[in-house]
Amino acid sequence: MILFLSTTEPGGGLSKIALEALGLAKSLGGELVAGLIGDAAIAIPGIRTLAVTGEAFGQSRYSTDAAAAEALVKAVNPQIVIAPQTMRTARALPGVAQRVGAAIDTHVTTFDGQRASRWYYKQRMEGTLTRDARPWFVLVESGIAPAFEPGADAGAVEQVSVTPATRTAVIGFQSPQSEQQTIRPDAKMLFVTGAGWTKKQKDGNTHMNDAARLILGFLEQSRASLGSSKSLVDMGGEGQSVLPFLSHLNQVGQTGATPRHPKGLATCCHGEEPHVVGWRFIKERRAINLDANCGWARGKADVVYVADAFAVMEVVNKMLGG
Amino acid sequence: MSIAYQIVVCGGIVPDPLQTLEPVAGPALKNEMLLPAVLDPWAAHSLYEAANLARKLPGSKVYLVTMAPKAKLQQVMMTVGQKVPLELVAIDGPASGFVESAAVAEALATAIQSIAGLEPARMLLFGGWESASRGAGTTMQMVAERLGITEQFQGVDELLVGEDGSLRILERVEGGRHQISVCDGAPALLGWATGNLGEPANNPQTGMMNMRAMMPALQKAKPAVLAADAKFESVELPKQLRETRIVKDAPVEQIAQEIVEWVRAE
Repeated sequence: MILFLSTTEPGGGLSKIALEALGLAKSLGGELVAGLIGDAAIAIPGIRTLAVTGEAFGQSRYSTDAAAAEALVKAVNPQIVIAPQTMRTARALPGVAQRVGAAIDTHVTTFDGQRASRWYYKQRMEGTLTRDARPWFVLVESGIAPAFEPGADAGAVEQVSVTPATRTAVIGFQSPQSEQQTIRPDAKMLFVTGAGWTKKQKDGNTHMNDAARLILGFLEQSRASLGSSKSLVDMGGEGQSVLPFLSHLNQVGQTGATPRHPKGLATCCHGEEPHVVGWRFIKERRAINLDANCGWARGKADVVYVADAFAVMEVVNKMLGG
Repeated sequence: MSIAYQIVVCGGIVPDPLQTLEPVAGPALKNEMLLPAVLDPWAAHSLYEAANLARKLPGSKVYLVTMAPKAKLQQVMMTVGQKVPLELVAIDGPASGFVESAAVAEALATAIQSIAGLEPARMLLFGGWESASRGAGTTMQMVAERLGITEQFQGVDELLVGEDGSLRILERVEGGRHQISVCDGAPALLGWATGNLGEPANNPQTGMMNMRAMMPALQKAKPAVLAADAKFESVELPKQLRETRIVKDAPVEQIAQEIVEWVRAE
């Protein structure tokens, strides 16, 4: 038996990544049961749906999420648990696996019911593995299966009772000052800025104001999401003159995000991090780079423009604005 | 109210990020023992945050619990030991990303339970929210569960301790936002992202102080026996190299036009 396990959106529906995970679970065949956690839950048509609901379970919190997930797993007693790789499931399900004696694999990119593939060493190598242990929790990444399309005829949700016990209160959220200042997964493009933007240019001077104007101008025109190399972000922490709108939340690579945008444009990046580690799942990749022989861009990007990013982006912004 | 915490930081070692890695049968990394290693980056951030917190709250103490081959661990600790005051709890075992997180968690939890004088009510368990080797983000939750810690936070970028001992925590959530939570106090697990601190400079005095206890800790590191369930069918480098088109000596306007068309294309 397979348990599809997910948190719900406010009101009880499922997010896109949850519907994709459900689509994968459905494609495996065999008996499928859904277990939902949230403030409310809507039954999934054609699938027996159990849920732990209530105000406490609508909040993203380890103690309540883990208790709810544990109760659902124990109620269903599945061989395999499929869940979307989200912040809530990634935080709670490893602990639940420990509680119920299950094996767990996360960030899974393919799964056929017997074997799972995932990346190791920050997307440098891919491993495919099987397991004897059951239950087996498998947290799947987005984009690896078509989303399940729920029909209209939903049955009733079977409530599973859990008494919330926690010492933690969720009191709110803190957003960046503007949507440009972070990596937004829903953007069509990722614009990665490297440390070259802060280096001395042909005239022997740095041009921080111009760099900031060009970068923010492109983001405004293209609606791209902003990423950064580690070196550029670290310079801010070391007190050097940097672009003030960049933080660790923009970082891609070893200690940053691994985004999955359809397109990526890297500018002034010269290392392995932005081109290999942070870009593994970017589909179309282009780079503007002064070094034609940059070993990390060659073979990793589709197109490398050997040019001054300051000059190119100035014209790009004018064209996009016109 | 002044609280003195026992901050237990778990962190493994990983190959220096600048190294080129190649898998070999096992699976393992080619020349793994020869690759220069560093403390796992996110775990290192958690160590710096732990040291910063301990400095602000007198009486607090930082323990670093780590598992790796003893010789590699000794090399890495020569650097780490110069950065912040800590007491090392060493386990002699593999540092590979292909080892089961559940087995690592068991070894770490056992080592933590062996620390003399550890009081759960004063304990904060720190670590990175994912490693740079396995990158699963599962080990710390399992360690905490084994220690009975049910208040857990992942992707932490900030911790503020209130006068009443409450913990105000910023966790990364979807959409580039932070969730703000308040936990009523220790014990708690904080799996750190990058936090807000830079890497401390090496301090020879700190190094001298740490080394007195580090060498005996390394000498008495117990070998770990780790169970394995996963059977790897393959571990491979990505095969596909892209045919990169190099556009050189082209006018800026031409390059810009091409980029604009690409940006606008669906």
